[in-house]
Order: sequence, then C-alpha cells, then structure tokens
Amino acid sequence: MGLQAYLTLAAIVFCIGLFGVITRRNTISILLGIELMLNSVNINLVAFSRFSGDVTGMVFAVFTICITVTEAALGLAIVILLFRVRRTVTADQLDLLKG
Amino acid sequence: MLALIPLFPLLGFLVNALFGRRLSKTVSGGVASAVMVASFAVSAFTVWGLAGLPVEERAIDQTVYTWIASGDFVLDLALRLDPLSAVMILVITGIGSLIHIYSTAYMHDEVDSEFARYFSYLNLFAAFMLVLVLGANFLVMFVGWEGVGLCSYLLIGFWFKKPSAIDAGKKAFVVNRIGDYAFILGMLLLFARFGTLDFQQLAAVVAGIPPEVGVFGVLSIASLLLFVGATGKSAQIPLYVWLPDAMEGPTPVSALIHAATMVTAGVYMIGRNAVLFSHAPETLMIVAVVGALTALMAATIGLVQNDMKRVLAYSTVSQLGLMFLAMGVGAFGAGIFHLYTHAFFKALLFLGSGAVIHALHGEQDIRNMGGLKKDLPITYWTFLIGALAIAGVPLLSGFFSKDELLFEAFREGHTVLWLMGAVASLMTAAYMFRLVFLTFHGERRHDAPAPVHQLEDESAAQAHDDSHGAGARPHDAPPAMAFVLIVLALGSVLAGYVGVPHALGGHNQLAAWLAPSFAAPGGVAEGLHVLSEGEAALEFTLMGVSTAIALGGIAIAVLIWLRRPQIAASMAERYPVVHRWLLNKYYVDEAYDATVVQPIRVGSERALWRGFDVRVIDGAVNGVGAIVAGSANILRLLQTGMVRTYAGSMLIGVVFILGYYLWR
Amino acid sequence: MMDTPFNAVVPMLCVVFAALAVMMAEAFRGRDEQMALGGLGIVGLVGAAVSSMLLWNRNASSFGVIVADNFGLFVTMTLVIVGVLTIMFSSVVVRRDGLPAGEYYALVLFAVVGMIMMATANDLLVIFIALEILSLAVYVLTGIRRDDPRATEAAFKYFLLGAFSSAFFLYGIAFTYGVSGSTRLDRIGAFLAAQSMSDSPLILVAIGMLLVGFAFKISAVPFHMWTPDAYEGAPAVVTGFMSTGVKAAAFAAFTRVFLSAFEPFSVDWAPMIWILAVATMILGTVVGVAQTNVKRMLAYSSIAHGGYLLVGLIAANDVGKAAILFYLLAYAVTNVAAFGVIALLGTRDAANDELRDFSGLWHGRPALAALMTVCLLSLGGLPPTAGFIGKWYIFSAAVSAGYYGLAIIGVLTSVVSVFFYLRVVVMMYMEERDPGLAAPAHVGGVGMVALVASIVVIFYLGVLPTRVLDLAAESISTIF
Repeated sequence: MGLQAYLTLAAIVFCIGLFGVITRRNTISILLGIELMLNSVNINLVAFSRFSGDVTGMVFAVFTICITVTEAALGLAIVILLFRVRRTVTADQLDLLKG
Repeated sequence: MLALIPLFPLLGFLVNALFGRRLSKTVSGGVASAVMVASFAVSAFTVWGLAGLPVEERAIDQTVYTWIASGDFVLDLALRLDPLSAVMILVITGIGSLIHIYSTAYMHDEVDSEFARYFSYLNLFAAFMLVLVLGANFLVMFVGWEGVGLCSYLLIGFWFKKPSAIDAGKKAFVVNRIGDYAFILGMLLLFARFGTLDFQQLAAVVAGIPPEVGVFGVLSIASLLLFVGATGKSAQIPLYVWLPDAMEGPTPVSALIHAATMVTAGVYMIGRNAVLFSHAPETLMIVAVVGALTALMAATIGLVQNDMKRVLAYSTVSQLGLMFLAMGVGAFGAGIFHLYTHAFFKALLFLGSGAVIHALHGEQDIRNMGGLKKDLPITYWTFLIGALAIAGVPLLSGFFSKDELLFEAFREGHTVLWLMGAVASLMTAAYMFRLVFLTFHGERRHDAPAPVHQLEDESAAQAHDDSHGAGARPHDAPPAMAFVLIVLALGSVLAGYVGVPHALGGHNQLAAWLAPSFAAPGGVAEGLHVLSEGEAALEFTLMGVSTAIALGGIAIAVLIWLRRPQIAASMAERYPVVHRWLLNKYYVDEAYDATVVQPIRVGSERALWRGFDVRVIDGAVNGVGAIVAGSANILRLLQTGMVRTYAGSMLIGVVFILGYYLWR
Repeated sequence: MMDTPFNAVVPMLCVVFAALAVMMAEAFRGRDEQMALGGLGIVGLVGAAVSSMLLWNRNASSFGVIVADNFGLFVTMTLVIVGVLTIMFSSVVVRRDGLPAGEYYALVLFAVVGMIMMATANDLLVIFIALEILSLAVYVLTGIRRDDPRATEAAFKYFLLGAFSSAFFLYGIAFTYGVSGSTRLDRIGAFLAAQSMSDSPLILVAIGMLLVGFAFKISAVPFHMWTPDAYEGAPAVVTGFMSTGVKAAAFAAFTRVFLSAFEPFSVDWAPMIWILAVATMILGTVVGVAQTNVKRMLAYSSIAHGGYLLVGLIAANDVGKAAILFYLLAYAVTNVAAFGVIALLGTRDAANDELRDFSGLWHGRPALAALMTVCLLSLGGLPPTAGFIGKWYIFSAAVSAGYYGLAIIGVLTSVVSVFFYLRVVVMMYMEERDPGLAAPAHVGGVGMVALVASIVVIFYLGVLPTRVLDLAAESISTIF
C-alpha cells in the first residue's frame, strides 16, 4: 500500500470526526468527534514518517497522543462541571452567551 | 519657548482635573484664566520677536523632540511659528483669555466640582487648539485636531442633564468623525506619495509639480480629502448640521469653540497648505463653491430663527462659508483676515447674547425678549457694535475684511461667487439687526409658545435662578463680563485697521505679513499684488457696493422688524412655503431622518428580536451610526450562542480557504 | 552569561519555577493562611524579563527548536508585562471572589510559559505543544468560577472550538512535515524556497490548515465566534489576560511561520489573509457598535484589533513588520488595563460590566473613570496615546506597500470604532449614576498601581515611541 492510501484513510477518519462535531447534539459525542479528528492526524504523521524514514513523525505522534489525552481529560472535566451547574449535556441548550 | 504656549493651558487643565474638586471657584477659575493670560503673554512676546526678523526669515522652529523615528521615516514633534500661526495664536490666547475671564462670572452658579470640570475642559481645549495651529507637520496638527474635537463634544454635552445636550454632542461627534475619516485618508495619501508630512517639505515638493489644471490627480484627491475633513470641523455643506445643535453647550463655549477658534481650523488648515491647494485648482474651485453655497444658505436660515444663539450659529456657518470662498478663489490672506476679525465680533456677539441669556435666566427665544436696551445698556451698546461690525458697516473691522474678501473674489473673475457672497452679506446685515431690534428695542414680549421641554431645560436655567429671584428686572452683565464685552467691542472696531486696503491709502499690512506663509519655502514669495489704476477704481466701486449692502440690510431690518413688525408676519403669511422652508432649515435634518434614519429604524425594529438602542439612532445625521448599528444587529443574529453554529462557521471558513487553494 | 544550549529557555524556566513554587506553596499552605502567591509569580516573571534582557542580541538557540532571537525576546517582554499586570489585577480579584489562589496563579504562570514558548519556538512540533500548554491553562482559567453558569459555558465553548481548531492546525503540521520532511521552520523555509513555487496541493492544504489554526487563536473572522462568548463569560481579569497574551503569542508564531518558513509562498497566502483581515476589521467594529455589555464590546473590539494586526502582516514591508510588534505591545498594555478597570469595578456577586454600570462613574470614582478613558482613547487610536502610533504605523505600512483598500477600510473601521469606545466615556462623564445601582466598589492599592503603571506606559508609547519602535524594528530584522 502506498502513502496515498494512508493519507486517504486519515482524511476519511478526519471527516467522520468533523461530521460528528457538526451534527451531534450531545457534548460527549462532540468530544468524541474531536478525538477522532485529532487522532486521524496521527495516521498521517506515522505514515509520512514511515515512508520518508525520518523518525520525527513518530516522535510527534507520541506527543500528539499525550496532548490528545489531556485534552480529552479536560474536556470531560468541563462537561461534568457543566452538567453540575446547568443540568444538561445538550450543546444547543448552552446559549446564555450570545449576540 | 514655543512649547510654553500650549503647555500653560495644559498645566491649568492638570491642576483643575486633578485637584479641581477640592478647589474653590476663585482658585480654579483664577488658575484657568491665569494660565491663558500667561500663554497670551508668551505668545505676544514671541510674535514680537518674530516681527523683528527680516521677512524671509520669519519663522521660528522648535523641535521639542523626535516623536517618531523608525527607518528612514523621521517625524519630529515640531512647532513652527510663522506669520500665519502668529495670527492664530494671538487670536486663540487673546480671545481665549477673555472668554475664560467671562466664564468665571457666567458659570459662577455651578457647583465647585462642575465649575472645575468646565475649566479643565476649556483649558484642555485651548492647549489642543494651540497645538493644532503651531504644529509643523500634519501629525502634530492632527493631535490638536482630534483633541479639540474631543473637548468640543465634552463641552457641548457639559449640561448632561439636558438630553438635547447629549444628543447634540453625539451629533457633533458623528459628523466630525466623517470629516476626520477623510482627513486621515488625505494625510495617508500625502504621506504615501511624498514620504513626508512636514508642511514645509511638503510645500517644497509640491511646488515642483505642475498644478493639476483640468485633471484630478493625487494632489487634487488629497486636497479634496483634506477639505472634506475641513467641512466637518468648520461646519460647511454637507457636514454643517452639527454646529447649530452645538449651541446646547454653555454660551462662552459657543463663543470660543464654535465661533472664534475651533471651527476656523478648517480655514486655517487650507491656509497652512496654501501651496498644495493652489496646485489643485479643481479642489479650490470646489472649496469656493461650497463656501459660497454655505454662506448663502446659512444666511437665509439665519433670517427666520427665533433662538438667539441659533441665529448666531447660522451666522457663524455663513461667515465661515465666506472664509472658504476667499480660500477657494486663492485669496488666502483675505480669508485669514476675515477669520481674524470674525473672531472678535462673533465672540462679542456670543458673549453679549450670553449676557442677555444670563440676565433673563436662561431665556433664549427672541420672541420673548424686546426692550432690553434700558436694562442692559452695556450689553446693548457692545452688541450693537458687534452687529455693525459683522454687517460690514464702514470703518469697523468686518467692513475691511469682508470687503477685501469680496473684492478678491470679483477680481479673480468669479462674478457669480461674488454675487452670492454679496447677497449673503446683505442678509447678514438684515438678520443681525433683526436680532438687535427684536432683543433690545420695542417692548418686552412673551410671544413664544411655551417651550416643549421646559422641564429638561430647567437644569440649565436653574443655575441662573439661584442667585437672581425670578420676576426681578433683568440686570446688566456683572463686572467681569462687562469688562470682556467692552474689550471685545474695542477689538471689533479696531481689529480691521491692520488690513486697510491700498485703495483707502492703507498698506494692507496683514496681507503683507501673511504672504510668506502662503508661498513655497525657498521660492520667491509672490510679490503682493500691486493694484493697477483700474483695479483701484474697481475696489472703490465694490467698497461702495459693500457699504450699500450693509446699510441696505440694516434698512431692511429697520423697515421690517423695527418700524412695521407686521410686515414680517404678513410676509410669512404671504409666502408660507418659503417661510416654512427656512424655519425648518430647508428640512435637511428631516431629509436625513427620512432617507437614512427612518428606513433603518423601521426595518430594524421589525426585523430584530432584541431591543434597539434608540439613542444610537437619535437625531438626524446619526443615521450613519444607524446604518452601522442596523447591520450590527443583523450580524449579531449569526452569533446564536450555539456552539455547533460556531463550529459550522469555522467549517465554512475552512472550506472557503481550501476551496480557494484547490480550485482557483 | 555562558553559552550553553539552555540559554534560550532560561526566561521560560524562570516562569516554570515560579509556577512550581506557587503550587508547592499552595500545597503547604495552612487553611486560612494568607500567602503572597502572586508575588512569587511576579518574581518569576521579573526573572524572565531580566534574562530576556541579558539574551538580547545574542541570538541564543536551544537544541534548534527554541530560539531566543530579538523577535522572540520582544514578544517575551510584552508577555511578561501582560503577566505582571494580570497578576497585580488578580491579587484584588482572587481575594474578593474567593478564587482558589494556588491553582489560579499556577495556571496563569503556566499559560505565560506556553505563550513564551510559542513566541520563541522554531519548530512546528514545539509550536503545537506550546499552543496546547497555553490553551489548556486558559480554558481552565475561563471557567475558574465553577459556580457561575456563564463562566462554565464560556469555558466549554472555548475548549470545544479550541480543540476543534487544534485538529485542523495539527493536520496542517502533518502535511507540512509530509511535504518538507521536517518540522523545523528554517528547514521548511529552505525546502520551500528550493521548490520554486511548485503548486503542490499538499503544500497549499498545509498552508490553509495552519492558517485556520492561527486564525482561530487570533480570532479572525470567520473563526472568531468563540471570542465574544468566551470573553464575556470569563472573569474580566482573565479576559484581559487571554485577549492580549494569547493573541500576542499566537501572532508571534503566526508571523514567524508565515514570514519565514512560508515566505516563498506569500503570493498564495497574502490574498487569503487580505480577505480575513477585511472581514475581521469590519465585523469586529460593526457588531461592537450594537453591544450593551462592555466586556462583550471590548471582545468585538479585540477582534477588530486582530484585523489591524493582520494588515501589518500582509503589508510585510519593513515598516509593517516593526508595526506588528509595536502594535502588539500597545494593544496588550491598553487592553489589559481596560479589562483591569472592569475587573476592579466588579464585586463578588455582580460583574458590573454592563454599559449602564458605568453611568456617572466620573462622579463616584474620578480616577478610575479617567484611567478607563485613556485606555478607551488608546484603543480608539486617538493621539497622543500608544494606540494612535500603532495604528498610524500599520496603516502607513499598508499604504506604502500599495494596499490602499486595506488602509481605507482600516481607517474607516477605526474611525467608526471610536463611536463605541466613546459611548462608555459618555456614560461615565455625561450620565447621572443610575439610582438603582450600588456605589462603585473601592479599588485596592495593587490594582490601582497596576492601572497607573499601564497608563504611564500608554502615554510613554504615544509620546516617546521612538525607542520602542527602534527596538521593534531591530528585533524583527533579526529573523526576516
């Protein structure tokens, strides 16, 4: 399989995540969509690294995984806080701030 | 030395702004007036020094420090005293001092902190105005330009308990912003094209370029943009609408800012860039036409106004129009001459009206006046002198300057413009004496319908009521005010004698004095135009015409408003349409309202879910604000508060960017 | 100073140690013990400032990924100023609102670390890490008032959209890496220059995606939508911090990446940024006019200011480059101070950030009103303040680079924007105090000191800008 295939796979995963972010109403689902988007990039990085023989991409992927995990942790913490204060996890109901 | 001139008032501002609340009125008023007098003394001293220099070296430069320097762009915070700015600083500090002194009496009924606030603004205004005229480059001038604007709004809205005052301040602000916009663009264009903003360097560069006759090149565009800026500041068509409303401010403010100094900044700016404007004859023509039209239109409106200060306001607009007319026909000296004499008699007239208003506890409607000659003798006589001067009666200051200005317009071959100026002068004489007769002659009347918003005006009136019991006979101006009125009356008589024309055996010293300021640096100052035999005869003839105009205007006023007041009424009856047009100021405000404000107001009220800040769109020209506010409220709809909409917006951005790159 | 590979990270380390010290101190703090945690932070920041000064002109580089060139150091200094002012304002707010002091200061300091890292990073991987460090800290700061539904909502929106934009940014980095084989900016630049304008779609996608990531952080339209909500919901002092610090750091990285690595492709990205700049200036100004909440109004104003900075980036001539740095500093100081005033006016129970809360402020708190006026005039670009010089530079850079359209729109929007700044001034000076309102709060000493200091800086930059302009020009010339 060539580089092209990996890139296509990554693009598809990215778009699935994107679709999730735009269409889901539940905040947890939106978070999952973002996770998909972030992780699809790892496929890219590793593929680029593999095909060019340069390790930077692999290292980068490790960093990305760490950062993605912290983002997920923080995201869930904010959602829990939100649920405690507002008693809802539906994104569309969070519109105190607008205009 | 030069820097001291604006520094004194700045010092006064700091004292009153920082400690004013703890100072008594005597101290804060005294400090404010003292710094102005000090500034005047320094000005007089430096101008004296300037006059001692030979003509070709008459300029004192002072670089305070290098303001901005980066790469090859160096801009100094530089002041320059040349004959033109010398005239201006003397007017500003001289008349400014008088008005400060007058204000100590006029504003005496305000509480201490308000009194100090008033004087701090007034001092700050004087400082900025001096920076404006002393600045040696556009950027320094712009500092003053913006600063005086700011102080002007603050002072118009000084009595903020009156909603009308707040609205007037807002209107002045919006209109001036339009002008400022053009002004900044003009500056940027000049800077981009010539790489300098120094007036002298600019003049030197421009002098090497052939005038743009018949073409509309960079010089014409830049100068036109600057002129649009000037129409805002100096209340010319189409941006004049704010000045009459600005009369909501205290009367000394109207005298200082909205008659004698700030509104003349536009005229000064053109004089300062005389070389630039002379190289853009197309723009100059526009300046002249706009000036003449403004002079004529404002004079006609002035004929029927009933508010004492509004008559004077329209008169100011009209006289400023005459100055622009002079600038536009290339008679820069004549324009500045009229600026200078106008400062005296218009300040006098405003302060005189202030004395009347003060005596009548805030009454401004001339239909409720009359017969005040007996009670207010000093005010009456000084006011009369001012009226004679502005009407152009021979041997008073206004005669010399107005005559000079009209003569130049005629000599340059602009007969139509001359005619417009002459008609405006005729009307000036008429409405000024209408004002004099209705205010001071006859019997006291109470003809005006009760003011609609009496309640709102009370706060202003109440200031005066405190010390004078209502019902008592009006009493004449207190000493401080009377003193100022007398000094200004003397000035109105004598100020013109610096510019006695050759035809009358004078030497027109002011024109000779100013001439170097209008010439390119290094270039030979165009020799003063020596009048030929024929031209001298022409000047005599025109002088006769001017005199006839002045006397004719007064005669009309005598006939209509003094002898047979019913004529005015019957004329209003016979030509109700004309009268109504004039009384409603040609419906300009209404036109703005109908074309700009109403559609947006109706549209936005129907379309929008959220309450509209009505005050934003109050007033007429605020329509510009309304356009912005209207689109703002539509754009706000996009900000739904829903996070998915936001993500969608970002996605649209991404698709747009990637689409642009991949499929362009 | 010895030349070691660690030199370039010293400013950052100072702040890191301060943050760690704050956390330790918090851990050992007794229940009701008062500790000057903010003071610890200021010590660290001052250390960063001193080490930056020592590093000036030395072009230190650590491991090739962090470079303390003058450009980075100038931004570092700006960030230190923002940090110090923020901590000073915070010291009043933290006590008043009962915020968790240890966490709060540690987060502020870590955010500053991220910002400094972003400003000095020379590697896309490091830029990404820095971006995440500062973002995570700021997300939490936004929602630090856990009982406030608006703050929580703001944090949520900011976080969600921030993570969303990070995904695009990361995607762009991956593609850049894929094309050029490196994440180091100098190597990418060399590679792209050698490519001689091949219109490879991969590069263009990479540029586009990176643009999205940066545009989000500097809130350029249409990636701005989180800004008003996050700025309004967050505590005012945090808003001041993130509207300046984050923007300055993001702009520094933006400038570095696009003017050094992607410079060979400026024909491709300049038109796109042109569109973003115009949309940003117009939308920020126009929508700002309709706001009745001062915090939200300043949020839109900061969007518009981002647009002006983009103008400098497009003009990208010598004047424009120096203008960006000067403008960043002027804007940062002014905006922090303006939000500082709002923060000081609030109470524990009420934010007091509506327009009417400012009515008659002059009569109750003349000093506060005067300081706020100076800030607003500077934001509006009126002389003789810092904002005026900044704007003048940006617009004259645009004109001399031939971007007349940008200059006309920029001047127009800044002229209009004065309208809403002056609304607040009119409220403060020309309205009676709304009788339904409580008297404005008293302002503590530290907060007032910070305010006065910022005003001094604003006037200094407006009246004597030459020295700072020279520094700015000097710093930008070291890298581009």
